Amino acid sequence: MSASFLFLLVLLIGFGAYFMAHSRAVAAAGGRSVSLHSLPGYHGAYAAIWAILPAALILAIWSAVAPSVIERDVRFSLPTEVLQQGAAPVELAMGQVRSVARGLPLLSDTERSALETGTLDVRAALAAKGVALAGDTQPYMIKSAQMLNSLSATSSLAMTAVVLVVSVLGVFLSLRSVSLRFRARNRVERIILFALVLASSIAILTTIGIVGSMLSEAIRFFQSVSPASFFFGTVWDPRFAAAGSTASAGQFGLLPLLSGTLYIAFVAMLFAVPVGLFAAIYMSEYASPHVRAVAKPLLEILAGIPTIVYGFFALVTVGPFLRDISAELNGLVTGNYTNFIQAQSVLTAGIVMGIMLIPFVSSLSDDIITQVPRSLRDGSLGLGATRSETIKRVVLPAALPGIVGALLLTASRAVGETMIVVLAAGVAARMQLNPFEPMTTVTVKIVNQLTGDLEFTSPQTLVAFALGITLFTITLCLNIYALYIVRKYREQYE
Amino acid sequence: MSDVTSSAFQAQASARPGRRDIGIAKRYAAERRFRAYGVAAILTGVFFLAVLLWTVVSNGYTAFLQTTITLPITFSEKVIDPKNERADNPQKLMAANYPLLVRDALIQELGIDANDRAKVKLATDMISASARTQLRDIVVANPQVIGQTLPVAILAEGNIDSANKGQIDLKADEANRKVKNQQLAWMDQLREKGALTKQFNTGLFTFGASSRPEAAGIGVAALGSFYMMLIVLVLALPIGVAASIYLEEFAPKNRFTDLIEVNINNLAAVPSIVYGLLGLAIFINFAGLPRSASLVGGLVLTLMTLPTIIIATRAALKAVPPSIRAAALGLGASKMQTIFHHVLPLAMPGILTGTIIGLAHALGETAPLLLIGMVAFVVDYPGSPLEPSTALPVQIYMWANEAERAFVERTSGAIMVLLVFLIVMNLGAILLRRRFERRW
Repeated sequence: MSASFLFLLVLLIGFGAYFMAHSRAVAAAGGRSVSLHSLPGYHGAYAAIWAILPAALILAIWSAVAPSVIERDVRFSLPTEVLQQGAAPVELAMGQVRSVARGLPLLSDTERSALETGTLDVRAALAAKGVALAGDTQPYMIKSAQMLNSLSATSSLAMTAVVLVVSVLGVFLSLRSVSLRFRARNRVERIILFALVLASSIAILTTIGIVGSMLSEAIRFFQSVSPASFFFGTVWDPRFAAAGSTASAGQFGLLPLLSGTLYIAFVAMLFAVPVGLFAAIYMSEYASPHVRAVAKPLLEILAGIPTIVYGFFALVTVGPFLRDISAELNGLVTGNYTNFIQAQSVLTAGIVMGIMLIPFVSSLSDDIITQVPRSLRDGSLGLGATRSETIKRVVLPAALPGIVGALLLTASRAVGETMIVVLAAGVAARMQLNPFEPMTTVTVKIVNQLTGDLEFTSPQTLVAFALGITLFTITLCLNIYALYIVRKYREQYE
Repeated sequence: MSDVTSSAFQAQASARPGRRDIGIAKRYAAERRFRAYGVAAILTGVFFLAVLLWTVVSNGYTAFLQTTITLPITFSEKVIDPKNERADNPQKLMAANYPLLVRDALIQELGIDANDRAKVKLATDMISASARTQLRDIVVANPQVIGQTLPVAILAEGNIDSANKGQIDLKADEANRKVKNQQLAWMDQLREKGALTKQFNTGLFTFGASSRPEAAGIGVAALGSFYMMLIVLVLALPIGVAASIYLEEFAPKNRFTDLIEVNINNLAAVPSIVYGLLGLAIFINFAGLPRSASLVGGLVLTLMTLPTIIIATRAALKAVPPSIRAAALGLGASKMQTIFHHVLPLAMPGILTGTIIGLAHALGETAPLLLIGMVAFVVDYPGSPLEPSTALPVQIYMWANEAERAFVERTSGAIMVLLVFLIVMNLGAILLRRRFERRW
């Protein structure tokens, strides 16, 4: 019986348990439902929970654990000469065994008897049934495959029995407890509360998962590459040195990537901050409700556009435009029509990322500026200041901490942005200051190292996790500091 | 204020030495400048929005049309099944030489001598290589067509399609052009006969990945995205709502809940690519789930969307006035009943709005999916969320890396489809908010 069908059956039992307990409770009340402590529905829910929860838990654990236990047993059943050959041949043999095990039930009776006498060409027979084998089978493989099948069948049968017994037992016990004084509601509510706590702890689990997984993979990386050469290396060249030279020192230098990341983020902020901030000031201080109702959603559309679309925009429009206009400019000034801005460059990525960041800056700053109390503005205007003077001398200084927080949040988004830089910044890892040349970022290299065929033991792929944890740490610091500032600011004016 | 008035004002000031010049004109000019900066900033944003949308639409609207060549194909038994073995071996029909049928029909239509190798090659180059599978599917579905002659609309090759849409510079030297003069002449010939037409491109919505632009579509990717959205909705909405209810209504104010709170706010700002690394390490490496499966993508996007939903739900719960809770409690409801029977239904519009916005965000997300192997060349529709699949934004990413003109067009077309989905979702969220929002 398959696990999903079994689960369906358990659900069905739970469904039945609900109605049984419900009618029992009604019967116990004898027509005066007020005399029940809990409504009949709670009695039903209590029974259903007992029918489903323990059984489903056992089902889940069994389905997760059983295959690996069976696999281990079958592995030990392989002949010792195979087991002594090392990991790779054993894996190969196990793969064969699994395929044969899948094919065996498909064989006809005559083929099966031929198999018993050892006269059957297993590979050809299985190929005809649509199960392709990588090589010819050895007799021990057939034995192991049969063992695998019989163990799986036994496990499945045992699981079905245990799960059904537990489920029915749950129904039985919970039905017995239905009575006038039984506090079913309190118990059901306690279980619901437990589920709520469990759901809210997923946030913590996610963070633990992020830190734990990346840290463990990064530590594996640092076993082959020293942390010093990673964090302070100035050369990024993930290919290993030629045979003979043992060390890969300096090949995984973080600095070119980090400098590219920060440079592009800086250019983006240089573009986004003035535009976003002025847009926010205008919308919160000058714009009539009518203009605001049009302009604000328009800018927020920019925030809703997926970053891959920005990447495409950079690739087909902004990059070629900058390249061509630089060639024109160069031609006008020197007569030499060669472009000095590359299509993929820090400037291209920075400008496009800046466009993406405008709505973040503007809506975050807008919120913060509107939180500045009216009285401050009135005081300043009453003393004869113009509106812009009020904004510059009173509102902005009062809002400054909040705005700094908003900008830090925006910066953290710029640092972690991926798709725009993948398409617009280039892949050349180098340290230089010319914004017209391509540079690369931490996120681009994470993507580069992890797409394609993977092998999770080589430093070439593990380095992505070291880069990831670096990125996570940077953004975490920015976020926490920014959130702290914004929170503090909010408290100040609330 | 104009120059005239300001100079008049200065004249007046100098005429009456008793009045101090307090620089009103200068200050007003500064005020106007400041205001202009604000307008300019908003216009800059709107300008870039317009350019971006214009780029996508102007590049992409042609993707919804596709050039087809309708040819009278003779399903000759001599070519498809010369030895008449299809009754015993249906495989024969799969492997028959279908391109030959197309070639014969085309050279007959154009009046080319079958022995002129160069011309025949040039002519067959105009037809998409996907014609093989197209004819095969027709024959396999209905073997009765063998021996008959039927008009079949066959996709034109990508460059021919581009030329027909006027996207190829015909003034360029013929040697540097993908479409030769002879082919252009044939195109005119076919067009006059009414064989070469532009039709609505249904293939864009139904096909899967292909290296040939005319046979590439977003159908498979859209199904992958649909699976993922379903998983996100089924997991993120209940978990998010449950977590918010606990944090907002039950959690005692202590260090632990403070930690959860900071955590959620921080998770909302973690770069999406980090979630991809998490998915790769935990779901694929540790739990052994299959790579490229939309199940893994859905789980990763769920974790990514949860903070958004939790923040929106908490705001919605907070907006329900305490008097509702007090009334329910006063009538004897338990706390759990109060929340589930009264507070939650009232907060539902806000929760759904937040969920839709979170889903829209997840639909457009690309970076984490690249890391869990969804950059895959998937031709067939995935039958379940466990099978390899790809996603709409990932398909866009893969096409964006292709150089051919026809792929640029399809990339933009796919972006338009994605944007339409996002606009519909966001409009839905706005309408929901307008319709059900209550001010207490």
